[in-house]
Amino acid sequence: MAAYILKRLLLMIPIFLGITVISFAVLHLAPGAPTEMQTMMQPKVSLEARARLNAIYGLDKPLHIQYFDWLKRLVRFDFGRSFSSDNRPVQEKIMERLPVTLFINILSLVLILVVAVPIGILSAVHRYSLFDKATTLFVFVGFATPTFWLALLLMLVFGVHLDWLPISGLKSLNYEYLGFWGKVVDLGRHLILPVLLSAFGGLAGLSRYMRGNMLEVIRQDYILTARAKGLPEKVVIYKHALRNALLPVVTVLGLSIPGLIGGSVIFESIFAIPGMGQLFYGAVMARDYPVVMGELVIGAVLTLTGNLVADISYALVDPRIRVR
Amino acid sequence: MLLVWGCFALIFSPACSRPEGSSETPGHPAEAGPPCYGDTLITGSIGEPSNLIPILASDSASHEVAGLIYNGLVKYDKNLKLVGDLAESFEVSRSGLVITFHLRKGVRWHDGQPFTAADVLFTYKTMVDPRTPTAYAEDFLQVEKAEVLDPYTFRVTYKKPFAPALASWGISILPRHLLEGRDIMKSPLVRHPIGTGPFIFKEWKAGEKVVLTYNPDYFEGRPYIDRFIYRVIPDSATMFMELKAGGIDSMGLSPLQYARQTEYRKFKENFNKYRYPAFAYTYLGFNLEDEKFRDRRVRQAISYAIDRGELIEGVLLGLGQEATGPYKPGTWAYNSNVKQYPYNPVKARELLQKAGWRDPDGDGILDKGGIPFRFTIITNQGNDTRARTAEIIQRRLKEVGIDVKIRIMEWAAFIKEFIEKKAFEATILGWTISQDPDIYDVWHSSKTRPGELNFISYRNTEVDALLEKGRRTFDQGERRKIYWRIQEILAEEVPYVFLYVPDALPVVQARFKGIEPAAAGITYNLIKWYVPKAEQRFKLKAES
Amino acid sequence: MKRTLFRDFWRRFKRHRLGLIGAIIVFILFAVSLAAPVLSPYDPSYIDIKSILEPPSYEHPLGTDQLGRDVLSRIIWGGRISLMVGFVAVGIAMVIGVFLGAVAGYYGGYVDTIIMRFVDIMLCFPTFFLILAVVALLEPSIWNIMVVIGATGWMGMARLIRAEILSIKERDYVLAARALGSSHARIIWRHIVPNAMAPVLVAATLGVAAAILTESALSFLGIGVQPPTPSWGNILTAGKDSIEVAWWLSFYPGMAILITVLGYNLLGEGIRDAIDPWLREGRG
Repeated sequence: MAAYILKRLLLMIPIFLGITVISFAVLHLAPGAPTEMQTMMQPKVSLEARARLNAIYGLDKPLHIQYFDWLKRLVRFDFGRSFSSDNRPVQEKIMERLPVTLFINILSLVLILVVAVPIGILSAVHRYSLFDKATTLFVFVGFATPTFWLALLLMLVFGVHLDWLPISGLKSLNYEYLGFWGKVVDLGRHLILPVLLSAFGGLAGLSRYMRGNMLEVIRQDYILTARAKGLPEKVVIYKHALRNALLPVVTVLGLSIPGLIGGSVIFESIFAIPGMGQLFYGAVMARDYPVVMGELVIGAVLTLTGNLVADISYALVDPRIRVR
Repeated sequence: MLLVWGCFALIFSPACSRPEGSSETPGHPAEAGPPCYGDTLITGSIGEPSNLIPILASDSASHEVAGLIYNGLVKYDKNLKLVGDLAESFEVSRSGLVITFHLRKGVRWHDGQPFTAADVLFTYKTMVDPRTPTAYAEDFLQVEKAEVLDPYTFRVTYKKPFAPALASWGISILPRHLLEGRDIMKSPLVRHPIGTGPFIFKEWKAGEKVVLTYNPDYFEGRPYIDRFIYRVIPDSATMFMELKAGGIDSMGLSPLQYARQTEYRKFKENFNKYRYPAFAYTYLGFNLEDEKFRDRRVRQAISYAIDRGELIEGVLLGLGQEATGPYKPGTWAYNSNVKQYPYNPVKARELLQKAGWRDPDGDGILDKGGIPFRFTIITNQGNDTRARTAEIIQRRLKEVGIDVKIRIMEWAAFIKEFIEKKAFEATILGWTISQDPDIYDVWHSSKTRPGELNFISYRNTEVDALLEKGRRTFDQGERRKIYWRIQEILAEEVPYVFLYVPDALPVVQARFKGIEPAAAGITYNLIKWYVPKAEQRFKLKAES
Repeated sequence: MKRTLFRDFWRRFKRHRLGLIGAIIVFILFAVSLAAPVLSPYDPSYIDIKSILEPPSYEHPLGTDQLGRDVLSRIIWGGRISLMVGFVAVGIAMVIGVFLGAVAGYYGGYVDTIIMRFVDIMLCFPTFFLILAVVALLEPSIWNIMVVIGATGWMGMARLIRAEILSIKERDYVLAARALGSSHARIIWRHIVPNAMAPVLVAATLGVAAAILTESALSFLGIGVQPPTPSWGNILTAGKDSIEVAWWLSFYPGMAILITVLGYNLLGEGIRDAIDPWLREGRG
C-alpha cells in the first residue's frame, strides 16, 4: 500500500507538468491577450501602446520562455502577478477569496451527504415505495430546476416580500459594528440561501448513485447469506450492504473535490458572493493568464489528490479490491 | 464592453429630460427642506473596479469610483461645457498651440499635502513614460513641452493644433509626493487611492464593495452625503431585488425593468426613475472589403429594409431613439438634416435590383452571377439587445430577399479572430459617443490596420480631410460645419447602418433630493445630493 | 445468440412497468419534436413585437418571449436540438467512458495507470480555451456541441465503472468464468459490465440534463446553435433577465428538461433490471 501511494505520488509530477504545459499552451492559443483585452476597441490607444503593454507584461517573449519563467516562479510557490490592471500577486487575490468558497462548498457538500445518503439507502431498501417515488421526484426537481430561477424566486419571497433574509452578499453593511455572535448570525443569514440552493441541486447525483449501488449490493450472495443467518435486517443493511455500496460515492466525492475551489460561477454571481468562481470567470474573460494558471494549478493538484484518495479508499471500502 | 472615451463617459453620463413617472418633482430643495448632511448612498454595479489609479484602468467601474476621488484640471459641467476643475481658469493661445492653466490655491490631497503644479507635471510625465501601462497616452504624446511656471501655473505647448487637447486635461491628476520614483504598477494607491476629490477612500473589500467617505475640505464644499458605497452585484436581476429590498439606493435599469417592473405605486413612491439618451449608439457595420457590400446601393437598400422604429420598440421597449449618425441627437455636433432611411422594403428591392441582385430561380433569395445573397451578422455574447437586434434585422432582410445568418461569440474571440482580422461580413456593435466630436480613430482611412478601429475599412478622401481639419480647428462654429458635412457623407454612403441611441435609465431612492437632471446626466452634482434629516437611514458611526 | 439475448432482455424489460412508462415518455418527447412542423402552432421564429412577453393565454398557451415569439412552438422545435444533444452527447460520453473504464479496471497494471492518468489530464483540460482557440476554424453546428460535450464528459463515467469493476472482478462468478476459460472480452462485456452499469446509468441520466443546459452555454461561444434556432437551454437562459416579468420563459423549458430526465431515469431503471442477470424476476 505504501509503495503504491509513493508510486502514485511520483507519477503525479510528470502528469502535473503535462497538465501545466497543455493548459499554458491552450490558454495562449485562445484568441485575445490580457493587454488586448484592456485596449481593444478603445479609441486613443495606438498599436504602439499595445506593443508597449505587451513588453511590460513579458508577452513579447517566445511562448516556451514564458512557460519556463512561469515554472521557475511556481517552484518557489510564486504564482506571479495578475495581468489585470491591479497587478496584485496572484496568491493574494486567491487567498482573499478562497475561504468563502471553501466554506460554502464544504457546508453544502456536508448537507448533501447528510441528506442524500439516507435518501439513497431508504429508497433502495424500500424500492418503489411512495417514499422512493417521492424522493426521486424531489431530487430530480432539484437537479433540473435552473439555479437562477429558484434563487431569484427565494430571494423574492424571503428577501423582498417577507424580508426575513438578506438577498445577496456575505455581510451586512453594519457587520463591523456587530459583536461576535452578531457576526455569526449575520453571516449565517447570508449563507442560508446559497448553501441550501447549491445542496438542492447536488442531491440528485449522490442519492441516485447511493440508491443504484445499494440495489445492486443487496442482491449479492453475501447479503443473502447474512439474511439467511438470521441477522437482523438493520445489521444486514447498515453493516454489510452500506459499506459495499459506498464505492460510487467515494468516486463522486473524489471528483467533486476540485469543485471545492472552483466554486460555482453561477451561485457566486447570483448571490454576489466574492469567491473563487467569480475570480476565475473574470480572469478567464480578461485573459488574465497568471490568475487563470494559478487556479488551474490548484484545480489540477486537487483533481489528482481527489482521485488518489478515491483510489485508496476503494480498498478500504471493499477489502477485495487490491491496490497495487 | 463598449469602449470608454477618455475618462468621462460614465461619470458624466448626460441627460436632458425630467424624471418620469413620479408625481412629486424630485430634486427641488424648496420642497424637501434645506439640504443637510448625513446618510449613505449605496450604488449597485455589475463590475468591480480593477485599479483606482484611473490612468491604469480601462474599465468603467474603476473610472466611476476614481472619478469621485480624483479631479482633473478641467471637467464638463452640467451643460457639457468644459470648465475649470483643479484649474481655476485657463487660457488657450490664439494659435491653439499653448494652454495655460491657473490652478486653485489651497487644495490639499486627502493626506493633507498641498496640491501644486508639480503634481500636474508629474501626471503628464507619467502618462508619456513608456513604462506606464496606460491606454490613454496618445493625447499626451501630442504635447511638445510641459512646464511649471510657478506652483500654481502650468503650461503645455503642442506641436500642432489639437482640438481635443483641452478636454484631455480632464484626466485625473495624481499625487507626485506618493508616486514619484516608484513603480506605479506596484503602488499602494492602486488599492488605496489618495486624491483631491469630494470623497475620501475608506476601504475596498474585494468582490464586495468600495467605501468612500466625504471630504470635509473639498474645494467646492463638503458633499452632503456622508458616505458613498459602491456595491458589486454581478447579476442584474439580483441587483434589482436588492434595490427593492433596500440593499442599494441606485442602479441603472434595463428597459424591461423600466417599462414593466417599476410601474406600480409602491415603487414610484420609493424611487425616482430618470430617462435620457445615453451617449452611445448601436450600428450594423459592413465589411467594405467584402464584394457584396462594395456597392453603395446595396448598403442603402439594407438601410431601407430595416425598420428602426421596430427595433426600438422590440429591443428597447421604446426607450431609445433612431440614430442617423455617430453623434447624439441634441448635441452641437449632431446634424439632423441628413439623408434618412425610413422603412421601405419596396425601395430596398428596387435598389438591390439596380445593383444587379435579382431572383430568377424564385427561391425568395436574390442572386447575382449565380451567387445567392447570403451573409452572416456577428456580434458578441453577453449583450442580449444586440442579439435581438440581429434577429429582427434577419427577419426584415429575409423579406427583401437576403438570407442572413447570425453568429454570437465570446468577446475576445469575436474581436480578435473576426473583427481585427476583418474576417467578417457584417457586425452589430456599439460605440460610446465622446463629448468631443473628434471621430478620427473610427473613420480615418489611416486607421484601417488590423487592430485599429476603422475595421470596416471605410476610405473616403473627403472624410479624411475633414477629420484632419476637425481636430485642428478650435472654433465650435467651424467645427460644427466640418462634422455636419461628415454626417451627410456617412448618411449618403451608409458604411454603417446607424440603428439607435438607447436611453440611460438610472433610478435613485426617493429620499435623495437635490438631483437635477441636465445634459450631463444626474451624477454631475453628486456632492449636492442630500437626504432630509427625518429620512436618513444610516448614521456614520464615530470612526476609531 | 444475440437474438435470444435481446429477446430475453425485451421479455424482462416489458414486464417492468416503470421502465415502460419511461420508454413511452422518452418516445413521446422524440416523436413530438420530430413532428414539430405539424404540431407547432406557430413558426418558432416569427417575431411579433406587438406581443412581447405575454403571459400564457388561449393564443399562446405557454406565453411569448422577448420578441413576441410563441414559447410553445419554440419549446417543441427546441426539443429537436436539446433531445438530440442530450442523447448523442451522453451516448458519446458513455461509449468512451464505459470502454476505457472497463478496460482499465479489468486489466489493471500499466493499462490502468495509463488510462487513469489520461483521465486525470482530461479532467484538468481547459476545454473552454480550446473552444475559443478553434472558434474561427469551425462553422457553428450542433455537431460541434455534441462532440465537445461528449468528449469532455466521459471521465466521471470511466472512473465510476472502473471502481465497480475493481470490485466485481474479484467476485466468485467472474473468477469462475475465468477458470472456465472464457475470453477476456466475453468476461468483460457479458459478466462484468452489465453488473457495473448501475452508477453509469445514473451518470447518464444526470448527464442528459447537464448536456441540454451546457449546449446553450457553449453555443454562446460561437460554435453551436445560433439564433433564431430555439433550444431549451437558450430559451431558459434568455428567460433569466425577465424572470420577474415572465416566469413562463424559464419555467416551461425547465419542465421540459425535468420530464426528459425523469423519463430517462425510469427507462434506465428498466434497462438496468432487464440486463441484470441477478434479477430474474422483473419487479414493479
